[in-house]
Amino acid sequence: MTDAQRPQTQGPQMQGPKTQGTGSQEREMPDTLLTVTHLRRHFGGRHALLRRERTIRAVEDVSLTLRVGETLGLVGESGCGKSTTGRMIVGLETPSGGTITFKGRDLTRLTPKDWQRQRRDVQMIFQNPQSALDPRLTIARQIREPLDLHDIGARAGRDEEVARLMQAVALPVELADRYPHQISGGQAQRVVIARALAMRPSLIVCDEPVSALDVSVQATVTDLLQDLQERLDIAYLFISHDLRVVKKLSHRVAVMYLGQIVEEGLTDPLYRQPLHPYTMALLAAIPDLSVAKGEPRARLVGDPPSPANPPSGCHFHTRCPYAQPRCSAEKPELRAVDDRRVRCHFAEDFRTAS
Amino acid sequence: MLGRHYLTKIVRGLLTIWIIVTFTFIALNLSGDPVDALVGDQASPEVIAHYREKFGLDRPLWQQYLAYLGSIAQGDFGLSLSDQQPAVSLIAAALPHTLRLGLLAFSVGLLLGIGLGIVAALNRNRPIDRFVMSFAVLGFSLPNFFLGILLILLFSLHWRLLPSSGDATIWHLILPAVTLGTHFAGTFARFTRSAMLEVLNKQYVVAARAKGVPRPRRVLWHALPNAAIPIITIIGLKLGDLVAGSIIVETVFAVPGVGRLLVNAVTSRDFALVQAILIMVSITMILANLAVDVIYTLIDPRMRAARAES
Repeated sequence: MTDAQRPQTQGPQMQGPKTQGTGSQEREMPDTLLTVTHLRRHFGGRHALLRRERTIRAVEDVSLTLRVGETLGLVGESGCGKSTTGRMIVGLETPSGGTITFKGRDLTRLTPKDWQRQRRDVQMIFQNPQSALDPRLTIARQIREPLDLHDIGARAGRDEEVARLMQAVALPVELADRYPHQISGGQAQRVVIARALAMRPSLIVCDEPVSALDVSVQATVTDLLQDLQERLDIAYLFISHDLRVVKKLSHRVAVMYLGQIVEEGLTDPLYRQPLHPYTMALLAAIPDLSVAKGEPRARLVGDPPSPANPPSGCHFHTRCPYAQPRCSAEKPELRAVDDRRVRCHFAEDFRTAS
Repeated sequence: MLGRHYLTKIVRGLLTIWIIVTFTFIALNLSGDPVDALVGDQASPEVIAHYREKFGLDRPLWQQYLAYLGSIAQGDFGLSLSDQQPAVSLIAAALPHTLRLGLLAFSVGLLLGIGLGIVAALNRNRPIDRFVMSFAVLGFSLPNFFLGILLILLFSLHWRLLPSSGDATIWHLILPAVTLGTHFAGTFARFTRSAMLEVLNKQYVVAARAKGVPRPRRVLWHALPNAAIPIITIIGLKLGDLVAGSIIVETVFAVPGVGRLLVNAVTSRDFALVQAILIMVSITMILANLAVDVIYTLIDPRMRAARAES
C-alpha cells in the first residue's frame, strides 16, 4: 500500500481532553474525531446610519459528533444551513457562536496561522467539481499543489505521489497533462477527491459532491468514497439534499431545518421510522422509496420560512400537518428519544403511532 | 490548427489596412484641394496648375488611387506636401517622442489600474473600494486636455515643481504621462475589479482557501490569471486610446511626437503625411490585437483548445 492509501492511525491515540456532553444521550466515544456544539452563524444585523439589516440565522443551533472513519449525512432543503455548517467546519466561514472541537482542539479559537496547518486535516469536496478546479492548471498540477504547499513528502517523490493519488481515485495516468475543461464531470470530481487526499485528511466535508453529476456517474463516485473510507479510515460529513445517496453512504443521518438539527440517528432506524414530522415529509417526498407503512403522509407545501424571520416556537409548525397550539408557543429542545435525538414535542407519539 | 488561425487573422488585418487606406484617400479628397492650402489665396492659376501636375493631382481620381496603392505597397508614403520631406522620415523623427510618452503613460495606467482594481475587489463595498472606484470614474471621465491643463496650472505655474512643455528630460514627461496614465488607470481599475470579483467567487478560489493556499498566492496565482482575459481585452482596445490621447496630450504639453505631427498635418491638409500616420496607427492597432490574441492562448488553455479547433 502506498502512503496515501495507508489507513491513518492518529484517530484514537490523539484523542484530546473529553469535551462536555451535548446535553443528549450522547456518550463520548474514545474515537471521537469531531464534536460540534451549539454552532451558530448569523449574517447581517449590522446597524447602518438609517437602516438596520435583518439578522439572518443561517445556522442557529447545530450539535453533532463524528467518529474516526464514520460518515454522517447532513440533509435538508436548500437554505437550511447545512452548507454553512460544513463551511464553518472547514474554516471557510467564521462561527458566530458555539464550538468546533476537532481532535480535542477547539477550532473556533485557532489563530489564522494555526488554521493554516489545521487545514490539512479537514478537507472539502465540492458540488461542482469542474468549477472547483483552476482552469489554467493541468490535472497533475492541481493535485500537486497541496503537496508543495504543505511540504508533504520528499520533493523528489512528489510526481510519483501524484501518480499514486490518481491511481487511488482510479484516474487514468494519461489525464495528468489534461486541463479541467478536457475531462468529464466524474473525472473532475475524482481530481478534487485526489487533491483532498493529497493532504491525508482525517475528515472530508462533502458538500453535495454528486448532485451535479449524472446518476450513472454518481454511483462510481459514491463507491469510490466508500472504498477510500474503508482503506484510509476517513470520516465524512456528507451534505446532501438527496436522501437516497445519503442512505447509501451514511452510518448516521442528521436532518436540518431552518438552521437547526431536528432529528438525528442511525441511518436505518431513522429511515424506517422517522420521529420528526419534517423527516417524515422529506422521506415521503422520495418518489420510489416506499416508506409509507402507516398513514399516508402529507407532502411539504410551500417554501421554508425565511431564516431572517423564523416562526415562533417550533420552526416547523407552519408547515407541520400535526401542529398543535403548543408548537407555536414553546420551542422544542433537541432531546433523546430511544436511539434518536429529536426536536419535537410529540416525538413519542409518532413512535407509538406506527 | 493554430497556424491557420493566425493566418486568417493576418489576412483580415491586411484587409483592414486596405480599407483604412481607401477611406483616408476618399475622405481627404472630399475635404478640399491641398494645393489651395499650400500656395495660398493669391497664387496665379499657373502656379496652382504646376503644383497639381507635380503631385499628380491633375490625373483622374482612380489613377491617383491606384498609383497611391502601388507606392504604399512598396513602403513609399510619398513626400510631405508642406515641407517636401518623405512622410516616413517625418514620422520616424516624431515616433521616439510618442513611444517614450506612450510607454510611460501606459505603464502608469497598468500598474496603478490593475493594482487599484485588485485592492478594490478584495475590499468590496468597503470604504477603500468606494474611494478607488471614485478615483477610477474621475480618471476616465476627466478629459485629457482638462486634466493636463489642471496639472500644468498646479505643478508648473502654482508650485513651480515640474516643467510644462517639451520632453527633454524625464521630469518633462511626468505631467503628460500622469495625465494620460490616469485615464488608463481609471478604465483598467474598473475592469480589473469586476473581473477579479467574478473570479474570487469561483469555487476553485474557495477550494484553494480550503486547502490552505495563502492569500497572496490565491489572489496572484489562482485568481488574477483567470481574470486576465477581460483585462487584456480592454488593454488591447485602449491602445487605440493611446493614439487619440497622445494627440491631445502632446498638443497640450508641446511634445514633438506623432500626435502633434498629425494635428499639424491635418490643419495644413498634408495629404501624404495624414495618410501615412493613419496607416501606421492602424498597423499598430492590428498588431496589438494580434498580440492580445496570442496572449489569450498563452494564459488560458481553454482558448488554446478553441483556437486549435477552429
